[in-house]
Amino acid sequence: MDSTEAIYNGLKDAGIDFIVSVPCVNLSKLLNMIDEDKDIIHIPVTREEEGIGLCAGAYLGGRKTAILMQNSGLGNSINALKSLTELYGFPLLMVMSHRGTEGENICGQVPMGQSTPLILEAMNFNFFKPGNPEAAYEDIRNSWELSEQEGKPVSILLEIKYW
Amino acid sequence: MQRRDAIFKIMESIDDELVICNIGFPSRELYDIQDRAENFYMIGSMGLASSIGLGLALSQPEKDVVVIDGDGALLMNMGSLVTVNACSPRNLTWIVINNGAYGSTGNQETYAKGLDLVSIAKSVGIKSHNFFDIELKKKIRNDSCNFIVFNCKPGNSEAPIIDLTPEEIKDRFMNVIDR
Repeated sequence: MDSTEAIYNGLKDAGIDFIVSVPCVNLSKLLNMIDEDKDIIHIPVTREEEGIGLCAGAYLGGRKTAILMQNSGLGNSINALKSLTELYGFPLLMVMSHRGTEGENICGQVPMGQSTPLILEAMNFNFFKPGNPEAAYEDIRNSWELSEQEGKPVSILLEIKYW
Repeated sequence: MQRRDAIFKIMESIDDELVICNIGFPSRELYDIQDRAENFYMIGSMGLASSIGLGLALSQPEKDVVVIDGDGALLMNMGSLVTVNACSPRNLTWIVINNGAYGSTGNQETYAKGLDLVSIAKSVGIKSHNFFDIELKKKIRNDSCNFIVFNCKPGNSEAPIIDLTPEEIKDRFMNVIDR
């Protein structure tokens, strides 16, 4: 299992069948795999907050939902994650390319990258930081169920060194 | 004609459709006019009614989905116009009640007051109409995604606070879909 296959297999074995995305270069291979999967509805969105709305509607319609994005998208989605996803008790799997971590070469990614885990802690949302493909597969596969139990989003942070 | 009258007119065309309603007075007025399990009332996340409706329409292709949105909320999530157009689910009808005001916060004017929202949505590619030029039921039932603008005056009615918890709104909505 390479780093991308681990995520894809985790999503599949968790039963995820509705995915929204805003791209990151580190997610590009994964986005291609999802596009080719006929059992997954994949909707690219203009902004992450919009994707949180789509996932809420899809869950109401019986789907198991995930968002793929950069961690910058967390900042764009905070109110919706609280006053839509958590308010109504919707589960949601958030798979984030965690930029601004060790090895980042774009300085603009660093401030939000450093604050991302702190923001998730302040939001009282569970998150995992798998260091290798095996751990990523396990964390992703188990996170939908955890999210359903909690009625809140669960996040997977994939740091630069993960890839 | 104010928003409450607009919602009343819209609901005359609603039977078993799933309705997603914008936060604040729009949801309170809908609740007061015709509460039903098929109504999803937003209690937060202004701007996302059309996104919720899009996700629902794509997930339930056999059911008709109607979004009751507002002009201020549309301005907050203009990107939704292009995403809805890219997906264009045939079972989605997106109605924007344009009263040119942020009604729930004291009727402050919005920039939509002087905007031709029908032309804007048309320029993106969505089939777009003025409410008074169409038969709503036909647009809901036909095989295309439609954007409909209902122009009216600002003003709120005496509609009560919604006496349902978010969980109750969600659970009965999901149960009625399952039936």
